[in-house]
This record gives sequence, C-alpha cells and structure tokens, in this order.
Amino acid sequence: MEKTTQITHDHYDAEASKIGMWLFIFTELLLFGVLFIIYAVYRYMNSDAFHLAAEELDRFIGTLNTVLLLISSMTIAMATTALQKKNKKLTLLLSSVTVLLGILFLVNKYFEWGLKFSHGIWPGSEHMIETMSQGEILFFGLYFIMTGLHALHIIIGLVIIGFAMVGVNKGKVNSNRPSLLENAGLYWHLVDLIWIFLFPLFYLIT
Amino acid sequence: MHTTHAENEANYLKYKGKYKGLLGWILSTDHKRIGLLYLYSIGTMFIVGALLGLAMKFELLAPGKTIMNAQTYNATFTVHGVIMIFMIVVPGLPAVFGNFLMPIMIGAKDVAFPKLNLLSWYLYVAGVFLVLSALLFGSGTPDTGWTFYAPYSFKTGTNLLPAVFGAFVLGFSSILTGLNFLVTIHRLRCPGLKWTKLPLFVWTLYGTAWIQLLATPVVGITLVLIALERVFGVGIFDPALGGDPILYQHLFWIYSHPAVYIMILPAMGAISEIIPTFSQKHVFGYKAIIASTMAIAFVGWLVWGHHMYTAGMSGTAQYYFSLLTFIVAIPSAIKVFNWISTMYKGSINIQTPFYWAVSFIFVFMIGGLSGLVLGALSTNVYVHDTAFVVGHFHYIVFGGTGFSFFAAIHYWFPKIFGRMYDKAWANIGWLVFFIGFLALYTPMFYLGLMGMPRRYYDYLEEFHGGNILSTFGSWILATGLIIIITNLVRSARKGPKTESNPWHGKTLEWSVPSPPPLENFDEIPVIAEDDGPYNYK
Ligand code: HEM
Ligand SMILES: [Cu+2]
Repeated sequence: MEKTTQITHDHYDAEASKIGMWLFIFTELLLFGVLFIIYAVYRYMNSDAFHLAAEELDRFIGTLNTVLLLISSMTIAMATTALQKKNKKLTLLLSSVTVLLGILFLVNKYFEWGLKFSHGIWPGSEHMIETMSQGEILFFGLYFIMTGLHALHIIIGLVIIGFAMVGVNKGKVNSNRPSLLENAGLYWHLVDLIWIFLFPLFYLIT
Repeated sequence: MHTTHAENEANYLKYKGKYKGLLGWILSTDHKRIGLLYLYSIGTMFIVGALLGLAMKFELLAPGKTIMNAQTYNATFTVHGVIMIFMIVVPGLPAVFGNFLMPIMIGAKDVAFPKLNLLSWYLYVAGVFLVLSALLFGSGTPDTGWTFYAPYSFKTGTNLLPAVFGAFVLGFSSILTGLNFLVTIHRLRCPGLKWTKLPLFVWTLYGTAWIQLLATPVVGITLVLIALERVFGVGIFDPALGGDPILYQHLFWIYSHPAVYIMILPAMGAISEIIPTFSQKHVFGYKAIIASTMAIAFVGWLVWGHHMYTAGMSGTAQYYFSLLTFIVAIPSAIKVFNWISTMYKGSINIQTPFYWAVSFIFVFMIGGLSGLVLGALSTNVYVHDTAFVVGHFHYIVFGGTGFSFFAAIHYWFPKIFGRMYDKAWANIGWLVFFIGFLALYTPMFYLGLMGMPRRYYDYLEEFHGGNILSTFGSWILATGLIIIITNLVRSARKGPKTESNPWHGKTLEWSVPSPPPLENFDEIPVIAEDDGPYNYK
C-alpha cells in the first residue's frame, strides 16, 4: 500500500484541488439553497407570524457574531497571503486567530440557544405548540435548523483549518503547496457567506 | 514518482503492495480495484434486491395472502426499492465501469483524488449497512416506500431513521464520486485528447457527474429534514404544525427526477461504446449524442412535477410540466436514431454484448413511450399509481440501466479479468433473461390499464391471469440471472485467457494489456490529430 501510495499519489495538482473545492462548495450552496427556498415559501405564507417571531431574537448577539465572522474571514485570507510570503509564524498566528473567532461565534450561539431553551422554545416543545401560531412554530423550526446546520459547518471549517495548521507547522503545507490552507480558507468564506444571508433573514427583516 | 518498468508489468489483479490479501483490496486506492470492490458490493446487493422482488411476485401469484401479509409486503417493496435505487442503479455504471475504465479511456493513471475515491466506497458500504440495520433492529422494517413521503415517513412506527440516514450517506458517496470524475475529466485527459475526442461513455459520465453534484444535496437536506421532523417535530412538512407535505414531494422529486438521468445517462454511454465496436463503424452523430446528453442533463431539472399531477398543483403548472416532459423525451429519442444509424451498413459482429445492446434499445423504447403516457396529463390521471407505473419504470430502469449494465459487463469482462466467458452460455443466459423480462413486466402495463393499483399485496380476481404470467416471468428471469452470473463468476477465474483487444475496439482501454497493468500506461499516450475513439477504416 505504501508503495502504491507512492506510485500513484505523488503528483500535486493545485488546480485540481481548487476545482474540487469549488465543486464541493456548489453542493453546500445547494444544501442551504433548499432551506432558503423553504424559508421563502413559508415567509410568504406566514409573513405576520414571522415578523412577530423575529422580535424574539437577540439582534445584539446576531450582529456581534456577524462581525466576528467577517473578521475571521479577513484573518484567514491574510493567513494565505502570509503563507505565500513564506512567513510561517504569521500564517499560524493568523489562522489561530481565525479559529479563536470561530470558537467565540459558537460560544455566543450556545448562549443564544440556551436562552431560547430556557424560554421553552425548542423544536417540538410543548410551550411552542400551546402558545404559538403555526407561522411562529415554523419560524423557530427553521431558525434552529438553519443556524444549527450552519454551526455544524463552522465546526467542520474549524477542523479543516486545524488540519491545515498542522500541515503548515510540519512544513507540508508551504508556499509551493498551499492548497490545503487555501481550500480551508475557501470553505471558511463559504461558511461566512451563508451567515451573511442568515443574519438579515432571521434577525433584521421584521 | 516513476514506477520501474518491472513494477508496472504486474497487472492490477496480481500486484502486491504493502498489504496482502483482502487488505490489499480494501485499502487500495487503485481505481481499477475500487471499481471491482463496487462490482462485488453492488452485485451482492442486487441479488438481495432481486430476491425481494421475487418474493413480491410470489405473493402476487394469487389474490389474497399467499406468503406474506400486507405489512410484510409494504416492508418488502420499500426495502426492494431503496436497495435497487440507492444502492444499485444510482451508483451502478459510474461506480463500477466509470471507475475502472474512465481513467484509462482518457489516458490517465488514476482519478484526480484516489483517496477520496476509496472514501466514496467506504461511504457506500456504510450506507448499505445503515439501511440494513433498519431491518434487523428496532421497531419493524420501514414501510413507506423508497420515496419516504411525508407525513407518513414521520408518523410510521417502523424504524425509519437508519434507512433515511443510510440513503443520505449513499448520496454523499455519490456526490464525492461525481466530484472526483468531474475534476478527473477536466484535468487528467492525456495530451491531444480534446473534448471532441472523448469517448461517449466519458461524456455521459461527465453529464451524470454534474447531476450527481447538483441534485444530490437537495435530497440530502430533504432527508435530514424528514429525520428532524421525526425526532423533534420541527413542523416543516407536518400539516398539524403549519408545514406542507406537498413541499416534501417537490423537494424529493427535484432530486429524484434528475436522478433517473443519473441512472440512465451512463447506461446510454456504455451502449454508445458497444454499438460502434460491434458495427466496426464510426458512431453516427457523435456531436448529436453529446448535445443530447447535455440537454438531458439540463432539461431534466425542469420536469419533476410530472410525478405530482394528482398531488395538487395549479393547472398552469401541470401544463408546463407536461410540455417539458415531452420536450425532454426528444434527446433520448435522438440517441435511439443515432444507435440505429450507426448499425446501418456496418459490418456487424453478433456477440453477447451486442445482443444486450440491441435488446436495450428495444426495451428502452417501450419504456420511453410508456413514459409519454405518464407524461400526458389526461392519461396520467388514469394510470397514476397503478401497475402501469411499475411496468414503465422497470422497463426503463431495469430494462435500460440493467440491460446496459449486463451489456457493459459482457463487453469489458475480457479487459477487466483478462479472460473470456463461455459465449454460448452467455447467449443462452441473455435469451432466457430477455424472455423472462418481457413476461414479467409486460403484463403490468395491461394490469395497470385495467386498474390494478401498485403497492398492494392483494388484488381482485379479474387481475389473476396477468399476474400469473408476470410471476412466471419472474421465475424465467431468475433462471436467466443464475445462468449469467454463474457463467461470469466461473469465467473470471477459469475462463480461457484472451488477447488485449478481442472485439477490435478503438477506445484507449483496448490499447493496454488485459488485465491492465497497475499504472495503466507505461507512458502517457498522446492522441494525434487524426486519431479518434471511433475511427474504423
Ligand atoms: C428480479 C427483478 C425484479 C423484480 C421481480 C421486481 C419486482 C417488483 C415488484 C413486484 C414491485 C412492487 C410493485 C408494487 O406492488 O407496487 C417492485 C417495485 C419496485 N422496483 Fe422492482 N423488481 C425487480 C428489479 C428491480 C430493479 C433492477 C430495479 C431498479 C431500479 C427495481 C426498482 C423498483 C422500485 C423503485 C420499485 C418501487 C418500490 C415502491 O413502490 O416503493 N426493481 N419491483
Ligand atoms: Cu420524473
């Protein structure tokens, strides 16, 4: 196997991994695309209820998280540039900042969800079924699904960045072979982009 | 990086890497070995699925309970459908023959991401086990049908979650294979192999890969929603909470209609390789076949509503879906004309793969024309959810993809194993199978028109005759299958050794030894200006 690996894999095609990553991003966009369509349909059918339910969300945390992600997108982009300039230390530092911001995002999310739970709001909760209209139930259903799926993508993104950092540290990912870090960055931008849509849809439009 | 000549002389079957025996296979990233891993796993599941089909036919031998009750019948058609669709005809030709042949056909040493390729196979196996675990554990075998329609899929007491999750994982495997193939075809074509010189099988894999990539996430998230609905009750598809079950059907068919093209395009591609070879003639209308392939891949997105005419949609929507359904039939018809024109005035060499290919055209045409009956609004309302539909899709999916798969295995068998099967038995197997197929599914058209509904374990006395014929057909077909499989399995080990190009094919895979060496080519081939995949003199 070792031998087979050596024989067949020792070609490095940066272009190929980039195309591969873009194609994967397409699939991710479609995954969320479906949810956006569902959101659009139900918003159209229950606009008043959606309006009411959105009041419930904490705009401050939402805005804070948006800012965190925007900065993190910037730092990961800077990390790739630093790698091109062969500055390993700076690359690692900037990627660590990205990871830190990602984790902060998740912490915020944790408190945000926790607050909802303490108000008796979670998918299928008695409280919701008893006190809310169908439109509000749908709003919160979508809210939990979409932000939950997004949070899952944040975690995946962090893991990929983690792998890229190990590679950079070992020197396997370097200015000649930057693909892993670049693709991690691309993925992170995708995660960011999706949030940019989620934020106004849930927190701002009322 | 470079293999020494001696190393590359070992063919891929014999090559010994670090791991021996089974491990040398399940840890191998060689596209040829992965292709065979798929062949064996898909073959095994096909036998399971076929047995379930036979059991259903046995039940339908006579009205009333024959061997199983209603609940068992529901479970049987569900598992049969899930296995046949998600584990066999969707991955089928791309995973087996695409993996094995596509890199060789484009003059490459492997796919772009060999490790990802192996991962896809593991995901496939994981998906299979997940689905099967739904049968063994929990509160009963899923009984929703392979379509998992809402709201039943979150109301049924049976153990649906593992099946849904398994289908999701299988979809992920499919996405990764598609991604891998797209990148491979873009990046690894050998020098001189322009897009206009790609073998048609590769072109159809290319079109298929786009659909795999763009359609599968849609069903993926839809299945996730079903699971969430079941576990938490989020309400998206639950009318009691404001959700809309029809929306589920839309999302499901936005994937599942294009998915039928995932199933049929590579099948058409394989036929487009076989017919020129056995006619020793350039394929007729090469560009028309490519254009119709891509047309199918794109128009196929816009017709999903024809599965839902009776589910409740506006008249305008019905007209559009019906019109577009008729339009998407045109590219398929174009291909039929191309294949037939290729044979015209060719020097035809009648061999087993050719028999399979022409019978493919025959059943595919019947399947396609019966599809128009379903695509037309007025007739659809009449035969919707009857045995007619079962006849139609078996003609298309089994007759189309299944026949093409058998054509392909008989065509590329000598390349894959370096041995030849017993041709006489192969022909007998084909004939028995073909007769069985016609007897099994043709009565379903009649029964459906007479009004026999699908998905019932019982029927009225007046449908008895047609069902007896159909069940007899299933036994003949099973006999044919046994002959075919026995012959192939035996010959893979004991068949006479064969030359590298027994059918005088012109595509690149016939230029390498059989079985191909580990690295396919000692040196990457270069395609000259006037070379081409179908240039027969
Ligand atoms: C041994 C060969 C086969 C036999 C005897 C067979 C028989 C049957 C029968 C009796 C049904 C149930 C009809 C009903 O009561 O509604 C059925 C359903 C179905 N079959 Fe097959 N079949 C075979 C092969 C295949 C193949 C190769 C495919 C591949 C696509 C396939 C796909 C399906 C699907 C998708 C359904 C619908 C299940 C549902 O309604 O949920 N079958 N088959
Ligand atoms: Cu369809």
